[in-house]
This record gives sequence, structure tokens and C-alpha cells, in this order.
Amino acid sequence: MRNNLSSALFAAGVTFILSFPLMGLQLTTEGVNLIVATSPAATFGYIAAGVLAVFFVQLFKEQILAQLGKAKPRPGTISNFLPTDATRAKLIKPGVLLIILGALMWPFIMERGATDLATLVLIYVMLGLGLNIVVGLAGLLDLGYVAFYAVGAYTYALLAQDFGWSFWACLPLGGLLAALFGFLLGFPVLRLRGDYLAIVTLGFGEIIRILLNNLTDLTGGPNGIGGIPKPTLPAIQTDPEFSVVGLEFTRRASEGNVPFHEFFGMSYDPASKVVFLYLLALLLVFLTLFVIRRLIRMPVGRAWEALREDEIACRSLGLNRTAIKLSAFTMGAAFAGFAGCFFAARQGFINPESFVFKESVIILAIVVLGGMGSQIGVILAAILITILPELAREFQEYRELMFGLMMVVMMIWSPQGLLPMKRPHIELKQE
Amino acid sequence: MLEVTLYFVQQLINGITIGSTYALIAIGYTMVYGIIGMINFAHGEVYMIGTYIAFMAITGLSMLGIEFLPIVFAVALISSMLVSSTFGLAIERVAYRPLRGGNRLIPLISAIGMSFFLQNYVRISQGARDIAMPSVVTGGWNFGPEHGFQASISYMQIIIFIATFISMTALTLFISRSRLGRACRATAQDLKMAGLLGINTNNVIAATFVIGAALAAVAGTLLGMYYGVANAYIGFLAGLKAFTAAVLGGIGSLPGAMLGGLILGISESMTAAYFSTEYKDVVSFGLLVLILLFKPTGILGKPEVEKI
Repeated sequence: MRNNLSSALFAAGVTFILSFPLMGLQLTTEGVNLIVATSPAATFGYIAAGVLAVFFVQLFKEQILAQLGKAKPRPGTISNFLPTDATRAKLIKPGVLLIILGALMWPFIMERGATDLATLVLIYVMLGLGLNIVVGLAGLLDLGYVAFYAVGAYTYALLAQDFGWSFWACLPLGGLLAALFGFLLGFPVLRLRGDYLAIVTLGFGEIIRILLNNLTDLTGGPNGIGGIPKPTLPAIQTDPEFSVVGLEFTRRASEGNVPFHEFFGMSYDPASKVVFLYLLALLLVFLTLFVIRRLIRMPVGRAWEALREDEIACRSLGLNRTAIKLSAFTMGAAFAGFAGCFFAARQGFINPESFVFKESVIILAIVVLGGMGSQIGVILAAILITILPELAREFQEYRELMFGLMMVVMMIWSPQGLLPMKRPHIELKQE
Repeated sequence: MLEVTLYFVQQLINGITIGSTYALIAIGYTMVYGIIGMINFAHGEVYMIGTYIAFMAITGLSMLGIEFLPIVFAVALISSMLVSSTFGLAIERVAYRPLRGGNRLIPLISAIGMSFFLQNYVRISQGARDIAMPSVVTGGWNFGPEHGFQASISYMQIIIFIATFISMTALTLFISRSRLGRACRATAQDLKMAGLLGINTNNVIAATFVIGAALAAVAGTLLGMYYGVANAYIGFLAGLKAFTAAVLGGIGSLPGAMLGGLILGISESMTAAYFSTEYKDVVSFGLLVLILLFKPTGILGKPEVEKI
């Protein structure tokens, strides 16, 4: 008990020092002078309550743990509550079909705002899936993922602005260019230990942002680039002559293109643009999902995971460590490039503010929450993390605080995320 | 000719000033890395919190009418070191200790989460805008011709040199002479063996976080008084640079961190002076990639032997 008391006192003291100076006191300016003001009395109440709570929890730690231990075993992950593998296998096909159908129907059932939000979610799904290759499958921590996203976005914005290139020409190019950046960055760093990669990518993200801000002639600096054309739907025209035209979702099309509604002889509906963007994003997400699902089953995908689990064993089996890591890193960057390209097209306006470190952390939070390596988990996490702040505006202020906390808690409680990946496997039945 | 030399000397002085504070922060990275082989991603935030606490202490004292410099410095340093080291302790306890021994990726992610959490904790509690504090120490010496370019060294810069020198000496003595310092070195050599020999390795690891955080608080106090500006995001860039300094000097080596900090500070101020101010942050990153490319062990680091 003595021992407990001193450790409880210590913990309470630590809590007090952690909370009191930063929460209880505030540096503010009064006129021209800087002063230290005290927070409202309620804050002191919270601090005192927190300190007392920590004190008593520490003091009666054993008793509380014993009570909890009696109550129920620690729940591992959500999968414990899900149906067994056999029922899941039966459910999975109709389930996936249902989800695809629902996703396709979404813009026609829901209103415009919901469709727009869903498009944003899809962008994050794409980013999450891409980063999942790097972090979840290959086990490399990439903290500057948003830089590749920026490369994709600026590729399209600049090519469209300066050379009038279309979205469809820029999409693969954006991906390729982002992949090239990933390759060049990964090459020197991936030979080393994983920690270096984390910090170098962190720096790289920051450098890209500084460059975008300062290369004013090229990127427009902090003002960004506006008037980025929306994607068009390619169609085959037969009327004056046989040719391919881009269908635009505006009332009047620009030079060389045809408005969508005129082409099909419908009346103009301003919502059609939003619906088209949503469907395009959905297509890109399905494509991403498909490609990654295939990749996981290919030797390279298996090598990613094997390397994550045991590097030394992999090397002794003759796998080229650098090449495999580089392939994952490059592939992840390419998907960010695609997503960036689409993002620029959707927004119509981009500036460096969209590509700050915070975004990288949000994408990482999606991967971490979803379960590293698990695709369905990442999709669910992307939906959750994007929708939640939209639903509760008050939550916005504390959103980033929560993300940080959530990452710590997830790592301690269940590093595999809410829905860990399951490899197809057969279990040996004990006789 | 004289003018060119003086200009160069001026940049050198500025570079050493910044560099010595980078070195102080870099020590935190290098010590933690030396013992548990991991980067403490939240270290930059500890520095940022140190700056805030120092600002509070100085402002609070001046509100009470106390402006006697030694007292101001003592109170600012002690309070910021106390709070920062508590944060260092908490970071170790929450984001590192429960995760030791697992996959290396996991503590990295939890530390990034921790860093993000602390950044936003300060942003919400203290506000997102910049906080500017009037200089406490003013004046300095000028040298050079009466008319024309004069190089100057401010009293604040001199204080930074002295304070850094004292902290570094104290740390070196502590590591080489004290009982805990010996335990630190033993743990860095072999964690398991040190544990078997009766060293409480948990406490040693916590101690390295605390020492690193205290030095970061010293840097935060000094640099905060030098620049006079703080916000919740300063820890990010400072941490990145200090890490570069640690890698440059050879991560895991204490003299390396000091050397790396100085080299980085000088090259940064030279870039700002002779090329462009906007790109001085790019230099530290470029330097980091170059070192990793050609000499990953840094200047004074030992080659890493992978144990199976």
C-alpha cells in the first residue's frame, strides 16, 4: 500500500505538471503587452478532477484490474464478434455485390451534398489504399505521403493550364511522375533502417510544400492554381465526322468539346457534374482495389509481407530487400499520384495548403485504424474519418487531437487495427 | 575585402548560435536512439512546450515586476526543464514502454500520434496564433569599421554559447562520471545484459527521455528568447533539423550530435546569406539525404552491426 501511495502521488504530480501550465495558464496579448492569463475556473475544475482520477486509479490499481479481469477477457479485435470464417465465406460474395450496387446507386438516391461528400471519401479511400501498400503490407513508415499526392495534383493542374492537356492524358502521367519521385526518394533511403525512411519522407513532404510555395512562377506560390478543367467523358461522335470528343458536364462546353446533355439530347442538369465526378472516383477506387488485390497475391506482394515480418529470413532466402521495398514505395506513390490528379480535377483549384503534414497524418490514421494491410478495414476507416467531422462540427476543433490520441491507443491496444487482414489459409485440424 | 570577411564572420556567429541549440535538441534524439534504437518522434514537441513554458515564466515574472536577469533566466530554465522533462517521461511511459520489443513500426506510429497529439494539445489550449515576446536581453558588441558593414554579436548570442557549453559539459560529466550515467552507457551497450547485472533498465530508458527533454527545454528557452516568437508548430521543423544534426554527426554518439548541430547551423546560415532565405530549410533536408546516401553512419558514428 505504501508503494502504491507513492506511485499514485507521483502519477498525480505528473498529471498536474502535464495539464496545469498549458491548460490553466494562457499567454495572451493585452494591447501590445504579452501577459499570462488564467483560464476560466471550470478548466481548473477539470484539471483537479483529472489529477484526482489518476491518483485514485493508481492507488487502487490492483483492485480495479482484478475487477476488470473478473468481468470479461480482453476483447482482441472486432473480428471476434464477427461471424466465423465459414459463414463469412458464404456471405462475402453477395455482400460485395450489394456494396458495389449500393455505391453505384448512391448518387441517384442521395442528394447532391451527400454525393459530393462521398466523392471526398473515395479520394481518401484511394489514398488510404495506396498508403496501405507502403505501411500495411511492406511495413515502411511513410510520413510524407501527401507529397506524392501533391505531385499528382500539380502535374494535372500545370499540364492543363500551360498545355491544355486533358484529364485522361494526365492521369497516368500524374501517377508515373509521383512514382518517379517515390523511386528517386526511396532509392538512397530504403537501403537503411526503417526509421530513416520515416524521417526522410517527413522532410520530403515539407520540402515539396516549401517548393510549391516558393516557385511562384511555376506553381503560383501560395495563391495556387485555379481554373483547372473538370474531367470529360470521352465519347465517339459520328455526326459531322467520325471522331472522339470529350463530353463536358457544363451548360456550354469549351472549344472542341460537346456538353453532355446536348450529346444525349437531354435538358441540362447542374447535378450531373457531381454525379459524374462521383462515378469517376468510384471507378478509380475499384481499379485501385482490383490492382492491389492482384498485387497481394503476386510474388511481389507476398515478398512485401514476408519482408515486413522477418527481414533477415527473407534475405537468407535470396530476396532483394531494396528492390522489394522500392517496388512497394513506388507503387504507393503512384496511387497517391492518381488520387492527386483526380483531386485537382474535382476541386478545380489547388494550393499548397491542401498538402500539409496534417494530411499525411490523416491518411496514416486511416491505415492504422483500418488495420494495416486490410483493404476493407481501410475503406471503412476512410469513411469513418471523413464523415465524422462532417457530422459533428464541434468535433472539428478536436479532430486532430483525437487522431493523434487514436493512433497511440490503437498501437497499444490492437496494432493490427479494427479489421486485421486474413490471409487465405487452411488450419490443420487436431486429431 | 574586410567587408566580405566581416560578413562571413557575421554568418558564422549566427550559424554557431543556431547550431548550438540544434545540438542541444539533437542530444535527445541521439541518447534515445543509442539506448533503445528508436527515434523519438515527439521530441520536437517537447522543445516547443519548453519554449511556451519559458515564455510564460518570463512574462509572469515581468508582470510581477521582477526583471533581474539571473533570476529571470533561472526561473525560465528551471520551469521549462521541469515541465518538458515531465512530458518526456510521459511520452516514454505512454508511447514507448508498452510497445517495446514488438514490431519496430509500431512505436514509430504511436510516437507520431503522440507528436500530433501534443501539437494540437498546445494549439487548442494556447491558441493557434504566433506569440511574440519582447527581448529580455538587448544590446551587443559591434566590430568593424566605423562607417560601413559592422559584424555584431549580441549578448543573447553570447548567453546561448555559454549556456550550451555549460549544458554539454554537465551532460558529458554526468554520462562519464555518475552512477546513472554509467548505467546509461551499459544499457546502450547491451540492454539485456545490463538488466541481468541488476540495472533497472526501465528507469534508465526513462532517464534518457527525461535528460533529452530537459536539454530540449534549454534549447527551447534560449532559442525562444533569441527569436522572440513561438507557436504550436515550431517543434516540427526544429525536430526535423535536430534529427538531421544527429544523423550528420552519427546517431548514437554524443560528440557527434554536437558536431552535427554546429555543421548544420553554419551551413544553414550560409545558405540564407549567400543563396536565399526561403530555401534554408531545404538545405538541412538535402544534407540529410546526402549523408544517408554516402555515409549513413555519420561523421563520428560507428558502423551498425546487425545482430541475428
